[in-house]
Amino acid sequence: MLDKVKKQKLVVIGNGMAGMRTIELLLERAPDLYDITVFGAEPHGNYNRILLSPVLAGEKTVDQIMLNTLDWYEANNITLRKGEKVTMIDRRSLEVVTGAGDRVPYDKLLIATGSDPIVLPLPGKDLTGVVGFRDIYDVDRMIEAAKSGKHAIVIGGGLLGLEAANGLMKRGMSVTVVHLMETLMERQLDAIAGGLLKASLIERGMQFKMPAQTQAILGETHVTGVRFADGEEISADLVVMAVGIRPNIELAKKAGIYCERGIVVSDAMQTYDGRIYAVGECVQHRRQTYGLVAPLWDQAKVCANHLALKAFATYKGSSVSTKLKVTGIDLFSAGDFSGGKDTEEIVLQDAARGIYKRLILKDKKLIGAVLYGDTADGAWYFQHLRDGTDVSQMRERLMFGAAHVGDGGKGGHSGQNAAAAMSDEAEVCGCNGVCKGTIIKAITEKKLFTIDDVRAHTKASSSCGSCSGLVEQILASTLGGNYSEAPKSKPMCACTDYSHDDVKRIILEQKLKTIPEAMDFLEWKKPDGCHSCRPALNYYMLASWPGEYKDDMQSRFINERVHANIQKDGTYSVVPRMWGGVTTPDELRAIADVADKFKIPTVKVTGGQRIDLLGVKKDDLPAVWADLNDAGMVSGHAYAKGLRTVKTCVGTDWCRFGTQDSTGLGIRLEKFMWGSWTPAKVKLAVSGCPRNCAEATCKDVGVICVDSGYEIQFAGAAGLHIKGTEFLVKVAGEDEALEVIVALTQLYREQGRYLERMYKWCDRVGLDNIKKAVVEDIAQRKALFARFAYSQQFAQIDPWKERAAKGQERHEFTPLAELELV
Amino acid sequence: MRWIDIGPASDIPKLGARIVRGPKGDIAVFRTADDEIFALDDRCPHKGGPLSQGIVHDHHVTCPLHNFVISLSDGEARAPDKGCTRAYQVRVVNGLISLALPETVAAK
Repeated sequence: MLDKVKKQKLVVIGNGMAGMRTIELLLERAPDLYDITVFGAEPHGNYNRILLSPVLAGEKTVDQIMLNTLDWYEANNITLRKGEKVTMIDRRSLEVVTGAGDRVPYDKLLIATGSDPIVLPLPGKDLTGVVGFRDIYDVDRMIEAAKSGKHAIVIGGGLLGLEAANGLMKRGMSVTVVHLMETLMERQLDAIAGGLLKASLIERGMQFKMPAQTQAILGETHVTGVRFADGEEISADLVVMAVGIRPNIELAKKAGIYCERGIVVSDAMQTYDGRIYAVGECVQHRRQTYGLVAPLWDQAKVCANHLALKAFATYKGSSVSTKLKVTGIDLFSAGDFSGGKDTEEIVLQDAARGIYKRLILKDKKLIGAVLYGDTADGAWYFQHLRDGTDVSQMRERLMFGAAHVGDGGKGGHSGQNAAAAMSDEAEVCGCNGVCKGTIIKAITEKKLFTIDDVRAHTKASSSCGSCSGLVEQILASTLGGNYSEAPKSKPMCACTDYSHDDVKRIILEQKLKTIPEAMDFLEWKKPDGCHSCRPALNYYMLASWPGEYKDDMQSRFINERVHANIQKDGTYSVVPRMWGGVTTPDELRAIADVADKFKIPTVKVTGGQRIDLLGVKKDDLPAVWADLNDAGMVSGHAYAKGLRTVKTCVGTDWCRFGTQDSTGLGIRLEKFMWGSWTPAKVKLAVSGCPRNCAEATCKDVGVICVDSGYEIQFAGAAGLHIKGTEFLVKVAGEDEALEVIVALTQLYREQGRYLERMYKWCDRVGLDNIKKAVVEDIAQRKALFARFAYSQQFAQIDPWKERAAKGQERHEFTPLAELELV
Repeated sequence: MRWIDIGPASDIPKLGARIVRGPKGDIAVFRTADDEIFALDDRCPHKGGPLSQGIVHDHHVTCPLHNFVISLSDGEARAPDKGCTRAYQVRVVNGLISLALPETVAAK
């Protein structure tokens, strides 16, 4: 047909996890772009290779680990040519050639050939009864052998070998593991953890011969035993070779595509031939090859983005963590723990309890972790490792885990609970009254696997979120080996795969200037997002495009839409601004009059030195604002993710100890900064002397005046978490103090993730980096200050006046119609 | 039941809501991005929050009090939350919205 644009042809070589994950994501992004043909050598659909160990151990069935059934290919119009092998890529004619001589043309080619098990070139390697541990076929042969055989030898004491050995023991065989090295799993464990692991496996009945080199596999047609370099012979009915994997690059190499250990790809997952992409275990990216699942997922995401012609995602490599899937053994390792120059180590060893923990630090960052016996904090360490968090501030408590660091999101408000030690009746989520037993019950009965599932089903950690870490620990300990930690960069919400940082970056890079434009470009999964992403996007737009972006009121939470705080009964609370907490008799009279006139039930003084009028009916809001405006007062933004209050003490005006005009500086700061939108609320305080009556050292930004100047502190908190501020800098004059504080706030506006308070931002990006930007680099400080000042031109508009006097968006406060009984 | 006119659809902002004052409480009338109109009792089944004040997304609204997500078409809370608020039949003719309401009420 003429009007039908001819689709491009995409050919995929390899029907494994990485290739099919890429295709799934591609179909989400661009369902109609390609005619897709998949070649798979195995006679199945696509299954989760990582779960072969539980299948071998009899804990799962093959059906349970299938990822894409044959129906899926059909439903998505994918031509699956299973059991057919591609033998050649003809890059000149853009075709792949099959073993039967068929030529299939491509416009784009995806190589996902995975890896092959390494087969040691031993005499006897081809005897029956010698198997690898790589696919369903191998597992079937092992299960079959376990039915009649008595003794198995597993060559290889790595992750795969130990899982194979464990599975065969569960199937009733006695097993000897042969390992070339001194230490089990030497790529993931150090000698001490390896020793602990070995001891506990011996306790379970596993036998070891190590270090030992295999010399020959014995037998006539069927294997009968193994001979070692030291001359010893051990009889065996089954020999499993699990010595490692090698990227399968034969096809690519033959086609002249540049390969080293793997097929070399760019950050876009593209090979040296621009039409040809590659993902998965066959790939070498920035000198790294991967054999675990998490990196494949990351690669698939990037590759799908480019195949869908979006072309903005980049793969920057993955840090990987390992958990041994042997029931009852707690072992976790991540990152680089080889030690060496410039690294420091923190070690905890408690032989009696079978606990060993080793953390490796470099340049104030965590670069590796090995945990044995108690792995509850594994996910938490891994998060810091991947995020590259500056851990120097928590170093002395780091070893004792999240609960002892008082780290955001871990340990919770009680600050000391560890999930394992809690009784079932103990309350985990204080906001919603959820106890540990309820969470465990939901996890096991409803088969929950992620913290989001647990949130949805139990409400635990769904309000303030301070118990998230605890819930995660409970999830990890309940699920054991089946628990997969939160992905590297968490998507903003269920509407997208992109993280806050990705979204912010792409908005700027691609000059996306409205929410629909951003959603469209970033392939939002729901046309108008949800209550969680829309306010975030609205903020990113405001912060990225001051003066250009028109605030989208429908993407704001009700409080910011009506400039007041919604209360449990649907009424609102109204807080007028009192600059630096200073008021006048006239203002107080006006407030009293408003309270009388509108029969406002409660008048209360807030923690930020303001007066709160509670219980105002929504319809009355414009009239209340008008009266307060008439008395010279403006909105106090007590509802805003923005500058809230600047609390002050009376300073040199009155106080006999005051060293500087703290009230004056507070008012100056508030007049300069009010109206600005920030990722989360920002509260300031200025104290006139170190007695600190304005409580400046638990604020987002606090100033302590001293005789010789102003100490600027920031990143404090006194809410869900209690945290004293960090010292930023001491300056001599008021002007400089203002400049530093404004620059700091602008840096936070640019780097903070929506709803991320200043202290969490500081934790994430590191105190030193912030100091560099706003203290040491004067040019950058001035540039930040200028950007803040520029955006204030468009932000310092009293919303009350706009709406009370000018009647903007009046519809908000009047009913569409009224009904009566007849 | 009978159809009662309550006003033009254009008086409700897209992805927004207005209320209709009723003798038995307010009714929230929503307009979605694809220009469909829905009406629910303005009470979240959870703790009675005013749904008209929530953020509207596709055919759902999120309650401003505790983030229950309520389906605009049938008033059901999104699983695993449970609860249901009353949904009204809506008709839009020439841009004018009418709700199917009991015979006992009339427009003021």
